[in-house]
Amino acid sequence: MFKQAVMPTTGGLSQVGEKLKQLSTALALPLLGLVCFLGLWNAAAQNIDTSLGQFPGPVQVWEQSKNLLNEHQAEVAKAEAFYERQEQRNEARMAKDPDYVPKIRPYTGAPTFFQQIWTSLGTVATGFFIASIIAVPLGILCGLSKSAYAAINPLIQLFKPVSPLAWLPLVTMVVSAVYVSNDPMFSKSFITSAVTVSLCCLWPTLINTAVGVSSIDKDLINVSKVLRLNPINHVIKIVMPSSIPMIFTGLRLSLGIGWMVLIAAEMLAQNPGLGKFVWDEFQNGSSASLARIMVAVLAIGIIGFLLDRLMLVIQKQVSWDKSATLR
Amino acid sequence: MSTGHLELSGVGIDFPSPKGPFTALQDVNLKIEKGEFVSLIGHSGCGKSTVLNIVAGLHQATTGGAILDGKEVNEPGPERAVVFQNHSLLPWLSVYKNVELAVKQTSNGRSKAEMKDWVHHNLELVHMTHALDKLPSEISGGMKQRVGIARALAMEPKVLLMDEPFGALDALTRAHLQDSLMEIHAELGNTVIMITHDVDEAVLLSDRIVMMTNGPAATIGEILDVKLDRPRDRLALADNPEYNHYRHEVLTFLYEKQKKVESVDKHKKKEESSEKVVTDQTDSNAA
Repeated sequence: MFKQAVMPTTGGLSQVGEKLKQLSTALALPLLGLVCFLGLWNAAAQNIDTSLGQFPGPVQVWEQSKNLLNEHQAEVAKAEAFYERQEQRNEARMAKDPDYVPKIRPYTGAPTFFQQIWTSLGTVATGFFIASIIAVPLGILCGLSKSAYAAINPLIQLFKPVSPLAWLPLVTMVVSAVYVSNDPMFSKSFITSAVTVSLCCLWPTLINTAVGVSSIDKDLINVSKVLRLNPINHVIKIVMPSSIPMIFTGLRLSLGIGWMVLIAAEMLAQNPGLGKFVWDEFQNGSSASLARIMVAVLAIGIIGFLLDRLMLVIQKQVSWDKSATLR
Repeated sequence: MSTGHLELSGVGIDFPSPKGPFTALQDVNLKIEKGEFVSLIGHSGCGKSTVLNIVAGLHQATTGGAILDGKEVNEPGPERAVVFQNHSLLPWLSVYKNVELAVKQTSNGRSKAEMKDWVHHNLELVHMTHALDKLPSEISGGMKQRVGIARALAMEPKVLLMDEPFGALDALTRAHLQDSLMEIHAELGNTVIMITHDVDEAVLLSDRIVMMTNGPAATIGEILDVKLDRPRDRLALADNPEYNHYRHEVLTFLYEKQKKVESVDKHKKKEESSEKVVTDQTDSNAA
């Protein structure tokens, strides 16, 4: 009896202890790491003097991120006011002269930090999309056919290590020569950046897809043979579902690389995204520049992390194996 | 010269190896009648699976070949459906969809409703209609193998090829599935070739037991006709002298006439460690 009475309380206590332990590993330790980092950063920043003043610590960076937000809001308000004035003007002209065709001019203010983030996201999405629609089918081909793999493998090995900075001048010149239009839908800098991103983030998807496809369970391939599935059905019903995990591993690596490459590409191609923001701030050289660049660095990091999480969510949606732990 | 339903003549196969071609099978001759249940039994590595794969068309014989209803077997196809040892269900498809895939591939001009009925019919044969929407990972090993059998049956094969279908199952589940298989065979009268390691299984299920010699260059050693009346009941047969005679025949073949494999193993182990030899010898004597 005594034992029975005591057991539940100790059980309850140890459960609470277990919960606390879980909570501490889930929250406290990452927080501790973050605090240590901020402390070290602050201490180091105070001891680094650059030609643009002291290296920004966490406080200055926080100030600048608020500044950037304020500037963005101010700029948005200005743009709204501009469009309102334009509309009023046009209406007034229309009232006077019914034949008047209203002229609508876009607002020409400089893009703000947040608008630049959107540009960057659009560019990386385009580049990543182009890379994926090339890499996945090519990877499947390489995984299915040893001959195709033997033919393509040297090219993969050759181009995989090439830096985006090496591609960029070539891409810039090719885009300028090929993409000629009086009324371009996309700016050249956008296309140059996107293509450079594609060239660099093609490879992880290609390699991982090929490995995934070539390591399909032999029994499943035999099932496909016995059923006499035609090549297209074989790919859709057997190959793709089997290699989904590896394809996504590749896609996630590719997106990570693409986001990293994009900043460099935008810097040189002058595509109005985060890379250009960093470059412009650097050229600007005000006392706040370094702190503003640091804001961009953190934003790039956070967005990179969120992009990876997004891919994970998509993978969980697409994956048939709901019991698999994805991380 | 009369040809059977399925005929293997002079089948041999060489596999390339670093030391030149390795002859796995040699001169396998076998005629199988329609509706016959034939078991292939032999020690591991004797090429049983290779024979089955040649009939399935998954392997190409180097010499000779298999002829089914007067046509040479050159490639895999649904008229020679295979039940694989590890069920090989597509893990991303439900039980129903797994069978449906096979039905769609071999639709024979069925309408959509007829296809649906046919999927249900085959899953009913193996008593699996209660788990239509389950994924293979959500059902037991025995159930997966049932679905594997339903998938093969749904192709309406001329020959059903079973590669140690119950090898990975526990004894009780195995007995259960053997009974189901006997039921289905009695109902549909398929021609079946089954590979097995299990002497009781072979005697219980088969019309003929094909016993294979040890490799390399394995071939058919003996063929045993099992003339037990059907339907067969495992409990009644346990004390049946005829049944025990057949069992004895197969055991004699495996452990006396083809005992060699034991000493080959022993030889291998001898190379690994000289200390173990003594125990190995006592082991093989006991067998």
